[in-house]
Amino acid sequence: MNGVHDMGGMQDMGPIQYEKNEPVFHQRWEGRVFALTRATRAWNKWNIDASRYSIELIPPADYLRVSYYEKWLAGLVRLLVKTGMVTATEIESGQPASGVAKAVPALTPDKVPMINRGEHAKRNLAVAPRFQVGQRVRARNMNPLGHTRLPRYARGKQGTVDRDHGVYVFPDTNAELLGEKPQHIYSVRFTARELWGDAASPRDAVYLDMWDDYLEPA
Amino acid sequence: MTTSRRDLLAAAIVAAGAAHDSVHGQEHDHEHAHQAVPSDPALRVKALESLLVEKGLVDPAALDAIIDTYEHRVGPRNGARVVARAWTDPAYKKRLLADANSAIAELGYGGQQGENMVVVENTPKVHNLVVCTLCSCYPWPVLGLPPVWYKSAPYRSRAVIDPRGVLREFGLELAEDVELRVWDSTAELRYLVLPERPTGSEKMSEEQLATLVTRDAMVGVAKVTLPPEGGAA
Repeated sequence: MNGVHDMGGMQDMGPIQYEKNEPVFHQRWEGRVFALTRATRAWNKWNIDASRYSIELIPPADYLRVSYYEKWLAGLVRLLVKTGMVTATEIESGQPASGVAKAVPALTPDKVPMINRGEHAKRNLAVAPRFQVGQRVRARNMNPLGHTRLPRYARGKQGTVDRDHGVYVFPDTNAELLGEKPQHIYSVRFTARELWGDAASPRDAVYLDMWDDYLEPA
Repeated sequence: MTTSRRDLLAAAIVAAGAAHDSVHGQEHDHEHAHQAVPSDPALRVKALESLLVEKGLVDPAALDAIIDTYEHRVGPRNGARVVARAWTDPAYKKRLLADANSAIAELGYGGQQGENMVVVENTPKVHNLVVCTLCSCYPWPVLGLPPVWYKSAPYRSRAVIDPRGVLREFGLELAEDVELRVWDSTAELRYLVLPERPTGSEKMSEEQLATLVTRDAMVGVAKVTLPPEGGAA
């Protein structure tokens, strides 16, 4: 989706607001939203790509206006309702539906170190790479309506495969729970001039991690 | 209590644009929800947590443990130790650049949002800068959770199109003959910059060096510098 979250190359967003000695969470509720997001994920009703996509679906004006963890809150509520973990009626009333047995939390304190170990998007599968290190490639010109990790600023641009990172889950399908479609990710080097024109520094480059499905031979 | 929690959660839904039709199918409900949008997300979060706890979906003690991890156990001190080790142990540095996951795990770090690490080295001729233009991807196990500026529109938008201007805003003027490499970490690879060891630090121990290494230097928006004369290091 060509959403406002795809910010690379936008201009006039103002100065970078730097805060010295910034706390991990500015308010207690930010930590609670962060933790609620992690704890509800332990039910395995969605994955990290779905989680990112849920935040991308926030209306653009709201996305730009609200704080980071307010976006997390909005994204989480959407997923809870979408997956049926919480019904719209329960959201309406603020109370659990009557007659439904209380669940046992998927994540207990003793299991927190386990989720902190991470979740792996890399797959040990023998999927043949479509491209080789050193090869010239072009980022496909595609404009899917769903989730994608191919930024707009790279589409149609040519680059060189710098390294092959191995086989990973494909977010465009995984975000909508349509399958992992595992394929290679490459680090592709795009020169600043290819991306931004002749005014860019001749020495600079952007390296983007690109899945096989984002690339075509140049 | 019931009324207020209802309003608060409805507001969260409206903010998300989620389940809008099913929750607020009737026009007067829709208007009601807008009027009820509370300014304080703290109350909305509290209402959501209460609902999830009552349904048995989350354990508040698990939430406490998660928060404790990122407030007290994981942060840029971890990354600084990795950098200091690489500066003082050439064999470690070689392993770090070749297979960052294993080398970082040697020091006991790894996990969520750092499952697939890549370390990129700054030299007198190459400077590296890390961004995520699409969201906020960041190597949690070695740097902790990202600061607000990293997640915000000004940095995300300009780091790829005007990286030298961004660095200048951080007070770092990069010489024209230095190659600038921007790593837009939009996949599941997570990048850590190995900064240059400052000249004049030759006699410092690994532990002393670790105190010099900042989060900003490991993102690539700063260099590592020695403390002013008479400083603590």
